[in-house]
Amino acid sequence: MTTRSFGEPIARLEDPRLLKGEGRFLDDIGHRALAAAFVRSPHAHARIVDIDVTDAVGVDGLVAVYTHDDLDGRAGEALPVLIPHETLTHGRTGFALAKDEVNHVGEPIVMVVATDRYLAEDACARIRVEYDFLPPVVGIEAARDAGLLVHDDVPGNVSAHMVQSRGDVEAALAAAPNVLDLDLDIERSASTPLEGKGVHARWDADDASLRVYTSTQASTSVRAALAARLELPLDRVEVIAPDVGGGFGVKIVHPWPEEVLVPWAAIRLGREVKWTEDRREHFVGAAHERGQLQHVRVGFDDEGRLLGLDVTVWHDNGAYTPYGIIVPIITTTQLLGPYKPDAYRAEFFSLYTNTVPVTPYRGAGRPQGCFAMERTMDAIAAHLGLDRTVVRERNFIRPDEMPYDQGLIFQDGRPLVYDSGDYPATLEKLKKLVGWEEFAAFRDEARAAGRRVGIGIACYVEGTGVGPYEGGWVKVETDGSVVAATGLTTQGQGHKTAFAQVVASELGVPVDRVAVTTGDTRRFGYAVGTFASRAAVMSGNALAAAARKVRDKALRIAGEALEADPRDLEIVDGVVRVIGSPGGAPGASIPLATVAVLANPLRYAFDREAERATQFGGPVDFSKPPVAEGESPGLEDTGFYSPPRSTFANGMHAAIVETDPETAEITILRYCVVHDCGTLINPRIVEGQIHGGVAQGVGGALYERMVYDGAGQLLNASFMDFLMPYSTEVPVIETDHLETPSPLNPLGIKGAGEAGVIPGSAVLASAISDAEGFAITRMPISPSDLFSLRLARESR
Amino acid sequence: MSEAMYEVSLVVNGVPRSATVPARRLLSDFLRHDLELTGTHVGCEHGVCGACTVLVDGRPIRSCLQFAVTVDGAEVTTVEGCTRADGELGHVQQAFRDCHGLQCGFCTPGFVTTITAYLEENPAPTEDEAREAIVGNLCRCTGYQNIVASVLRAAELRAEEVNR
Repeated sequence: MTTRSFGEPIARLEDPRLLKGEGRFLDDIGHRALAAAFVRSPHAHARIVDIDVTDAVGVDGLVAVYTHDDLDGRAGEALPVLIPHETLTHGRTGFALAKDEVNHVGEPIVMVVATDRYLAEDACARIRVEYDFLPPVVGIEAARDAGLLVHDDVPGNVSAHMVQSRGDVEAALAAAPNVLDLDLDIERSASTPLEGKGVHARWDADDASLRVYTSTQASTSVRAALAARLELPLDRVEVIAPDVGGGFGVKIVHPWPEEVLVPWAAIRLGREVKWTEDRREHFVGAAHERGQLQHVRVGFDDEGRLLGLDVTVWHDNGAYTPYGIIVPIITTTQLLGPYKPDAYRAEFFSLYTNTVPVTPYRGAGRPQGCFAMERTMDAIAAHLGLDRTVVRERNFIRPDEMPYDQGLIFQDGRPLVYDSGDYPATLEKLKKLVGWEEFAAFRDEARAAGRRVGIGIACYVEGTGVGPYEGGWVKVETDGSVVAATGLTTQGQGHKTAFAQVVASELGVPVDRVAVTTGDTRRFGYAVGTFASRAAVMSGNALAAAARKVRDKALRIAGEALEADPRDLEIVDGVVRVIGSPGGAPGASIPLATVAVLANPLRYAFDREAERATQFGGPVDFSKPPVAEGESPGLEDTGFYSPPRSTFANGMHAAIVETDPETAEITILRYCVVHDCGTLINPRIVEGQIHGGVAQGVGGALYERMVYDGAGQLLNASFMDFLMPYSTEVPVIETDHLETPSPLNPLGIKGAGEAGVIPGSAVLASAISDAEGFAITRMPISPSDLFSLRLARESR
Repeated sequence: MSEAMYEVSLVVNGVPRSATVPARRLLSDFLRHDLELTGTHVGCEHGVCGACTVLVDGRPIRSCLQFAVTVDGAEVTTVEGCTRADGELGHVQQAFRDCHGLQCGFCTPGFVTTITAYLEENPAPTEDEAREAIVGNLCRCTGYQNIVASVLRAAELRAEEVNR
């Protein structure tokens, strides 16, 4: 048997150093670097009249103060719209340092560099900015009403207006025996990783090269962006994502203002410069997501089958659109979930407000789409008096209908075609796991005891593993160890373990012999990034392709050395041997380490191993060149994976909640997950991803919101006031898996990173509605919100 | 306008360490940037997330809420000091590895120190007590379920060590 860790729940290889405090996160690097700090706008909407830095000049340790006027060349240009789209007719971005106008609280205006952060902040406190105030646009209704504008040259505050449809929705609705209208509302939350952003830059004047460490989800693209903005040749710029303390989407955006400014200042000053985002800065200076108003009009037959579905979304994109309109595109395409309405039409308006920009947060628009669809399913069930699972089941795409074309264009610009999944089987598993049929008895029992309980369900389909591509490089060293690299980054997903499992299994070596590097442009320069549940699908398959090539090469070289047909050889525990022969039989095996030596013909013997590869080191066929034509030296190779389109994972959640009849406190009694992400590389890591996602889903459903006042001030910009769940708020999560491998990639993988969060608001709204007997249409919901809803109903 | 400087001496993980710093230097910054012990992490700078938790004379405190000068002379244990004498993972650290109790690892040092102190007080917690033990620490990755399991596992490993 070949060593095969693929599919096993092994402990993570990255853990020991992180547990011993030996991780190297951004702020752990560069103790002698100068520190940067920023003067940020305290106003949501204003013109900058004057910046007076006079008082800062005397501050001890001050090195430099920069405003937009100082930014020469392309560094002073507006930041890019990363993902342009033809319907994004009015994309707007800010500048690295504000030029003339600020559009949200937290926008950077002045950069200060000093010998330490304390002193840099001292200097910031002494800089005076004079403003002409402009009225702010806060909230989706205000943006939609367009009584005031965020950007003078953007009519109606609309950055993008997009319509996608399949079939004739108006005719379907007109002919439907039942039609319902729903108005829905989801508030903002945010990624809020425990580590904020951060950048460290070092300019090597002798080498004319720049090394940048940044807490990012996309180091290769940061590199390209910096080379362009700072007008450096690409090969003079290296970007490394060190250990990253969580991302959840917010770190996919780049270049952030600070990512441009810190390297720019490092070059200008010829000194190392570092900036570490503090918590308040992260709340007001990074990005948020989720905020949408939705209107659903649905037509259905008396069995609950979807005939026509017409959805309008008003999406709050904040002050700028640096990441384009990916979030509302995903909302309106992924909304369909596992269902197949006869006709569908989705329209969205992406709207500017004077608040922190909106870019993807784990789920990236899917939680809102799932909320709309699943609230609709519950509404249909209530209208017809049907069980909620029955209505869903009747609308499922069947396994024999795969691949299923939804007739829309997905976020990657490619057709929305589901590749695989068995939704009825997933639902059956979930009903069993949560005890759907037995719940009525539990409810009766609880009711008799004066308790109020409810059960909810929500289903989703998630497009994962979007292209365009990822790559991988694998090399067997001459000591038999294996090094591998992929360009995308890691923020806690355990890539060093999962990718080592892929490589080890393809190559036939023990997993602890494989060391994987991610997110370091020095090691692998071609990559897209870590987002959209794509890393395992993309880099997993790329590294598998690279490892297979290395394996073939090893077998070829070993075949020559052993005078055997490569097809008769296998690699087991790092040794190439004749298939089935016991390890160590003379002449029938050769260690991979030796193959690696032989793979690199040498002139110079620097050690005993190398001696074997020199020109006089052993028998040589003098009729051939030392490196055969078409070959390259070294036991290494590179592979890429580029998918035809996304692969679609799916899952279903059920929750049982209790609502206090007096206080309206909401308690989750049980939370069950059935999830299908195709073939699992490491079930333990996948389960961890689900747990973390569910925790964020619960947070978004019951606790987290961004509380803006009418002036555009974020009132809860701290962990004291922004209620991220602690251990006591997250329920025990019961999970079950279904594995329908993706036919689109060789490993059969679908992504798992975002799954857990997607149905959070939908399933808890469903359960609370069930407990209360009326439909919840606005999330998150606090006990006070629920209490108010009860009062409003009583007074009706 | 230079600031007054003070010499602060601590015993950190059993080793005497000192540095000269201004009065306003936070203990978290002192450990991380003056002593270059970067295992202690700072997640919020206002005492809510618990990532910066270290043990001062055996008691868990938020190092982002203390000035270094106020703990002059104290014994401090950081996550780096929660390893075994031979440098291998200590019982709490090993438990986190066994139970997949960490993902990005940023909040983990604060959990490790918190749980280390907790198990001194309550060596055999129930599951509910284990959940309560970590209620002062935020984690954005794990959903806590595997951290609760890690607390229980750490108690087991600790008991094995004590009984050995």
